[in-house]
Amino acid sequence: MFWHILSQPELWAATLAMATPLALPALGGTFSERSGVTNIAMEGIMLIGAFFGVYFAYLTNNAWLGLVGALVAGALISLIFAWITVSIGANQVVVGMGINIFAAGLTTFMLNTIFGYGGTPPSIPHLPNLNIPGLSRIPFVGPALGQQNVVVYIMLLLVLAGHYFLFHTNLGLRLRAVGENPQAADTAGLNVWNLRYLGVIIGGILSSLGGVYLSLGLLNSFEPNMSSGRGYIALAAMIFGKWTPLGSLGAALLFGFATALSIYLKGTPHVSTNIVQMLPYALTILALTGLVGRSTMPAADGTPYDPRK
Amino acid sequence: MRTCLEIRNVTKEFPGVLANDHVNLQLRDGEIHAILGENGAGKSTLMKIIYGLYQADSGSVSLYGQEMHFTSPRQAIQAGIGMVHQHFMLIPALTAAENIVLGGEPGKVHYRRKENEEMVRQLSKQYHLEIDPSVKVSDLTVGLQQRVEILKVFYRKAKVLILDEPTALLTPQEVEELIGVMERLRLQGIPIIFISHKLDEVKKVSDRVTVMRAGRTVATVETNQTTPQELANLMVGREVVLQVAKPPQEPGSVVLRVDGLVVVQGHAERVKGVTFEVRRGEIFGLAGIDGNGQFELVEAITGLLPAKSGRIVFKGRDITKTSVHRRTAAGISYIPQDRQADGLILDFQLAENFVLRDFTRPPFAKAGQLQMGAITHHAERLSESFDVRPRRIHSLAGNLSGGNQQKVILAREVSRDPELLIAAQPTRGLDVGAIQFIHDKLLDLRREGKAVLLVSLELEEIMSLSDRIGVIHDGRLMAILPGGHVTREQLGLLMTGVNPEKEG
Amino acid sequence: MRKYVRGVLTPLVSVIVALLIGTVVMLATGHNPFQAYGALLSGAFGSTYALSNTIAGAIPLILSGLGVAIGFKAGLFNIGAEGQYWIGSMVAVWVGYSVTGLPPLLHITLAIALAMLAGGLWAGVIPGLAKALVGAHEVITTMMMSYIAIFLTQFMVENGPMMEKGFTPQSPLIRSSVMIPKIIPRTQLSWGLLIAVAAAFVVYWLLFKTTVGFRLRAVGLNVRAAKYAGINVPLYTVLALFFSGLLAGLAGAVQMLGVQQRLYDSFNSGYGFTAIVVALLANNNPFGVILSAIFFSALATGGQSMQLVSGVPAQLTDVVSGIIIFLIAAKKLMQIVQTKIAQTKWSKHQNLGSEKGAQ
Repeated sequence: MFWHILSQPELWAATLAMATPLALPALGGTFSERSGVTNIAMEGIMLIGAFFGVYFAYLTNNAWLGLVGALVAGALISLIFAWITVSIGANQVVVGMGINIFAAGLTTFMLNTIFGYGGTPPSIPHLPNLNIPGLSRIPFVGPALGQQNVVVYIMLLLVLAGHYFLFHTNLGLRLRAVGENPQAADTAGLNVWNLRYLGVIIGGILSSLGGVYLSLGLLNSFEPNMSSGRGYIALAAMIFGKWTPLGSLGAALLFGFATALSIYLKGTPHVSTNIVQMLPYALTILALTGLVGRSTMPAADGTPYDPRK
Repeated sequence: MRTCLEIRNVTKEFPGVLANDHVNLQLRDGEIHAILGENGAGKSTLMKIIYGLYQADSGSVSLYGQEMHFTSPRQAIQAGIGMVHQHFMLIPALTAAENIVLGGEPGKVHYRRKENEEMVRQLSKQYHLEIDPSVKVSDLTVGLQQRVEILKVFYRKAKVLILDEPTALLTPQEVEELIGVMERLRLQGIPIIFISHKLDEVKKVSDRVTVMRAGRTVATVETNQTTPQELANLMVGREVVLQVAKPPQEPGSVVLRVDGLVVVQGHAERVKGVTFEVRRGEIFGLAGIDGNGQFELVEAITGLLPAKSGRIVFKGRDITKTSVHRRTAAGISYIPQDRQADGLILDFQLAENFVLRDFTRPPFAKAGQLQMGAITHHAERLSESFDVRPRRIHSLAGNLSGGNQQKVILAREVSRDPELLIAAQPTRGLDVGAIQFIHDKLLDLRREGKAVLLVSLELEEIMSLSDRIGVIHDGRLMAILPGGHVTREQLGLLMTGVNPEKEG
Repeated sequence: MRKYVRGVLTPLVSVIVALLIGTVVMLATGHNPFQAYGALLSGAFGSTYALSNTIAGAIPLILSGLGVAIGFKAGLFNIGAEGQYWIGSMVAVWVGYSVTGLPPLLHITLAIALAMLAGGLWAGVIPGLAKALVGAHEVITTMMMSYIAIFLTQFMVENGPMMEKGFTPQSPLIRSSVMIPKIIPRTQLSWGLLIAVAAAFVVYWLLFKTTVGFRLRAVGLNVRAAKYAGINVPLYTVLALFFSGLLAGLAGAVQMLGVQQRLYDSFNSGYGFTAIVVALLANNNPFGVILSAIFFSALATGGQSMQLVSGVPAQLTDVVSGIIIFLIAAKKLMQIVQTKIAQTKWSKHQNLGSEKGAQ
């Protein structure tokens, strides 16, 4: 029976679809934390992206403009986050919490103020699914990989681009340097603050895109708290992926697979979906404690930089 | 020979401390110029001014005749000043090549790994500083990490190389290699400032020596026309010793015996087999230059650092493996050198700080409950008898001045009626009145027949208080001398690792 | 005295500034802020019913807020109080329906004690030991353990041994012997209030009057000095998280036995996260936690009537909470603002003085 489930292309299509809203914020978190700013605000920023995507798509009647608006909103909220944590030097976890509460309140408040209590109208344009010409005709692979939402493919490209950026460009080197040892980076002539702003804002944009995928890609509407904890699973994916883009994608795929499987197993006796859903969190703890391939965070992650010290 | 770097009348004052007092220095092209001085002599303040980390209150810094006003290290680097800090400014997670080019990577967007590594390889050949550019810095030895630091400086086209205590963390072999490197660089005409407190190294490698003492540059001499004796004299000065009334007294039985103690911190052996005794009614002074293992020795005796081997015996009982708590209870008091980081909890009230070491014991606690009455009474009594001001026992310790903070620690440790008091740098940064007060208290303990182990970087303090003086250098006791008959020259030489009896 | 004024000033200014920003938002969205805040106030405190619901809502916040505060006092950020709350709830409900034949006081005590123990172990064992032994960051581990707890409880009710026969996934009802009686009938306000207030006193006593609390606070403020003071730092790290989880577990137990009386298939109380805000606003003072829990509970209950009466969506209160967190976190910013205010006051006094002098 198990092999029967695994041979379903829909399971693999669902895995990729479920992994996308995890991989994007996980990639975003990777950028933020690689620059030295602990980011638990992905959950809130996803909500911002999800709502403003719908809102701008509604205003302009264009899903792509909705996407752009969402990314700008995500950049703005992370600018605030960066200002409080990087410039003022506040506790990054506390402020991240604040962003999450603030964003959940703000998006629902605006939803109710702008669209009333009946939810967003169904006429909102959404981001299309793509048919990759060659790919979609191949049996099994086609239905599994070839007919996904456009954001899924964007995500795959962004993960590759993110890997290139972090590990093969000068700027990526600098970003990692300030996350490891800001004092050394400072004496080497780097501007620690600017680089951390960059990391946080890239992180915000990517998390926001994850939210857009939920609202404009999957559902075509905004619902209160629709990120439903994905920002936190993304955090787990980032850690399990050892703070690297490819690792984050791998972890997101694993967790996405767990989610897809738990949907498939729903109603199956003797297999609990809840137990499957625990997997990401349990694996992350194992990774952090070194029981499964020790995962070490960037050395200066979470510490505000004070040049006088 | 041209003058490369010139410091003229630089003065820098911090609240209560004149760190640099009309400092003058001339660095010529192609020379190795050593700056020699004890800790606190003002060497590192001067270097930080040159490097743009501090701004001088008055005076000037000029490079090849042009006056410089650096407000950040970045500007100093751009002007051609390269500094290798005592604590390396490296990123362990990155490779040697990445560390070297960071901040000045060739090319625009793409990081050219192969080219950069090849370039670093060339650079390392050019300066005879062989390293493997593709290895992560965390996998390099300390000596190789230092090479990466020096290469970083040359990659940025430095005209001057400043080495701040470069040998502090190196093994003897690595020191030899570094000296070789410096000599090759001199042949290439690169002027080097070499900061050190080690006489033998200065003598071996430098062309000229400038000696600093108490914030001033006291002399600049040609190295080959001076003797270690003369340098030691210049270093420690000849000021009047604080006169302390210390009646002669016969010491009693042994309270503390340290036997072949070895202490490892990080990966380095900091204490390398130390043996000595402290007896009732005596002050045993431990003299030494900072970083020679004296504080690791003290932390091992108090239980904060584990002993790798050897024994610590207190009142006849082996306490080598006993917890801090037990050692404290057994009658060891300890004044740590860093009062704000170790000795006090700044956000605790004075009253709480007064019982920091005894809060679990009666009368301050019964059945796990703090006895506020006893704690308050204790705090009132101590702050009165030790004259802690302001006398508000419920205000936070962080609000007190440094001198009063030290009085709180002293009061706490002395009032415990200890058998042994270990005082590490008890008067650091205090004014004369407070110093006098603390010295009097130490002598009181001696009179009462307690044992005192005094660790200080101030020779004056050691010489005026101690009945016996142990000199520590590089984790080893060089000698134990009787307090009354020793000269500062003798001590100074021993502290810098020269044993006149052995060499003479 | 001045100390207390200073302690209250920062949270008070944060709250006022956040409410003012809320006012601006309402004006911008075409609402009447006076009407809205009026409705919020009367919805939270305007009647016995409203008041009792506000206080009832504060009970789990007080308890879990105390838990978070103990963690903060020891320098630890327990972000997983939500999960510890559910573990406590699960154990309390299980003891509540499966144990029979006990007199009420004993039954309640047993349920609460086991729930506390479970919550404490949930936080203390894995996150506590991971922090003390390998330095794994407690923010991540408590958060991950929180989600595991939620899925575990969900499993118990949906497929596991605590599932009641029937169509809706829920646990059996707890026995009447274990229910905490109500103070005011037909409201949510139970004698759990007494437990919450007593807990605040106990936490205060523990933190400030015992050697254990002395050690916890010492570890939280200065690890090096704590070692110097002879404190076993790893042990007290574990213990701090244990106490923290203990109180969150107690919160769950009191809520189950006093209000909810069974587990439903809904595991998003939000108490664990609000608890962090409660502790932050209270500056981790146990009695401050009571006040700040009532404040946030009032925002939640009053927010509903604000929405009904003035049409301002209730989630505005979350926006306000978020801004309060920013303001408290950005302490430096607040200090700058406060010194500015103090300076203007001072110059006013000087002006007054000079005017008087002129007369």
